[in-house]
Amino acid sequence: MTAVAVSSITSDRRARYQRSRSSISRDRAWALRWSYVFLILFAIVFLTPPAYMLITSLKTSAEISAATNPWWVYAPTLDNYAALLSSAQFLTFFRNSAVVSVLVVSITMLISVPAAFALSRMRFWGSASIATGVFLTYLVPETLLFLPLFKMFAVFNEYTGIELINRWWVLLFIYPTLTVPFCTWVMIGYFASIPRELDEAALIDGANYRQVVTRIFIPVALPGIIAAAIFAFTVSWAQFLYPLAFTTSADQLVLPVGIITSLIKGDVFNWGQIMTGALLGAAPPLVIYAFLMDYYIAGLTAGATKG
Amino acid sequence: VAVTVFQSAEALTTVQRRSGLRRAMQRKSVIAFLMTLPLILLVLIFVLYPALYSLHLATLNKSMERFVGFGNFEFLFRRETFWMVVKQSCIFAITAVVFKAVFGFVIAHFVHNIPSKGQRKWRGMLLVPWVIPPAMSCLAWLWLFDPSYSAFNWLLQKVAIGPVPWTGDAVWARCVIILVNIWIGAPFFMIMYLAALKSVPEQLYEAAAVDGANWWQRTWYVTLPMMRNIIAITALFSLIVTFANFDIVRILTAGGPIDQTHIFATWAFRVGIESGDIPLGASVSLFMLPILTIAAIFILRDINRRGNEA
Repeated sequence: MTAVAVSSITSDRRARYQRSRSSISRDRAWALRWSYVFLILFAIVFLTPPAYMLITSLKTSAEISAATNPWWVYAPTLDNYAALLSSAQFLTFFRNSAVVSVLVVSITMLISVPAAFALSRMRFWGSASIATGVFLTYLVPETLLFLPLFKMFAVFNEYTGIELINRWWVLLFIYPTLTVPFCTWVMIGYFASIPRELDEAALIDGANYRQVVTRIFIPVALPGIIAAAIFAFTVSWAQFLYPLAFTTSADQLVLPVGIITSLIKGDVFNWGQIMTGALLGAAPPLVIYAFLMDYYIAGLTAGATKG
Repeated sequence: VAVTVFQSAEALTTVQRRSGLRRAMQRKSVIAFLMTLPLILLVLIFVLYPALYSLHLATLNKSMERFVGFGNFEFLFRRETFWMVVKQSCIFAITAVVFKAVFGFVIAHFVHNIPSKGQRKWRGMLLVPWVIPPAMSCLAWLWLFDPSYSAFNWLLQKVAIGPVPWTGDAVWARCVIILVNIWIGAPFFMIMYLAALKSVPEQLYEAAAVDGANWWQRTWYVTLPMMRNIIAITALFSLIVTFANFDIVRILTAGGPIDQTHIFATWAFRVGIESGDIPLGASVSLFMLPILTIAAIFILRDINRRGNEA
């Protein structure tokens, strides 16, 4: 941040200095103006779909099918919100999503924090290859794994009699495969940037590894851990393929799949409610992003820029 | 006497063994291994095993009782739809990644151009498409492209352009899918490139300006070489994710009209889950492996090189 601030100060000073030379300063002013013009254009394009979600969610079905201007709400109403928030089915989807996401974040942290600590701090035989392997796992897409997993669950059911298909809690085993590798990778990079002397001093003072991790390391590494946790939450909240493939009955569905299967009945699209549901489904990640934007972006860029 | 000596010797060895075990437990490498064990088990059971299992599944017949060797692949090669899916996946992934990279680069430059006070606000606004879960934003796009109530067609009608069959016509549907993918992915490129732009030392630009370089030369000889690593790694990473994409096609067209917009993942889902032919679906999804492997090798090389530099 300081480097950015300093560079902005120097560029300001330079801008002031160059204002005397009229041609260069005119160029700069034009560049700035064009930047704003294009940024506004891009912002309009980027924010159109969410804005249109909001517009549609405030309309009645009659207004949606009327031939009026679709970009304007003539008779705003909160009926769609009331209908969804009082529907037991929608609340079930929301609860399933929330429970799955929160539990997956906890599981992810319980697995990745110790692993990242061990892989970045306590070199052991094979630790470097495991770190590379973790990164490679992150590159394996879920679209490659859902069919063999589906069959594995069926075989498991044959042998043990425990049904895994169409159970929401199965997602607790599957989602970590999407979150743990990336979180571990990001945290290895983050932990490596913390000075070694910190935990070595604690070890010399007689602390054991558990104390080093919980008392010394986690408080210092908290920003990296928060960034990883945010990533894990958004991934689990947004995941669509696994729940679509593995869960079918209405009480087991999570939000993205639930909205699509329950609000679209045959060819009848209840667009007012679909847009309301989509907006409510997009809300938790957006709220987290709004409040923790810096952590969010740090987690996003850390995967490739560090490590 | 002999017996007691024997007994005490035995006691001694058990004590030694126990303390040896304890010492082993206290050893750094053992603790470290135990700390990574859950991670290793997770990867082995839910990633590595299924990946190998899908190789096995691809050699079975539909009811998964008989070994058919390469029968599934031969069947696929004879089907026109399969070649259509191959072509469509490649066009989709490459076009989308190129456009995402270009738009991301351009937007990052615009954000970098404006005074740093306002950058945070713009960056925050422009990242919103990436933050919204793709399934949710695709629903909004589906509604914007609705055959009878499309809000875009309403606007186009005002300038006397006839209703465009956004998702009804194969060519338009392919464009729409690419467009939505760009909309979701370009902000990610923007954030990565913005971080890279900030890391280019200001002195390099000053030196280039002193040498009389114009804007184009500064971009070509200073910015791009300094950002090469991040550009490459972001594009490769995005290539993997885009190539394996599922949500966008599934929600916008579900492969239609008449299977003409399927990509590997959606067709594998259609064949494997909806038609119940898991081996054939597994064979389809295995075709994603070669391109993923190549991209992964390049990414890994890049990361190792950077690790050595540091």
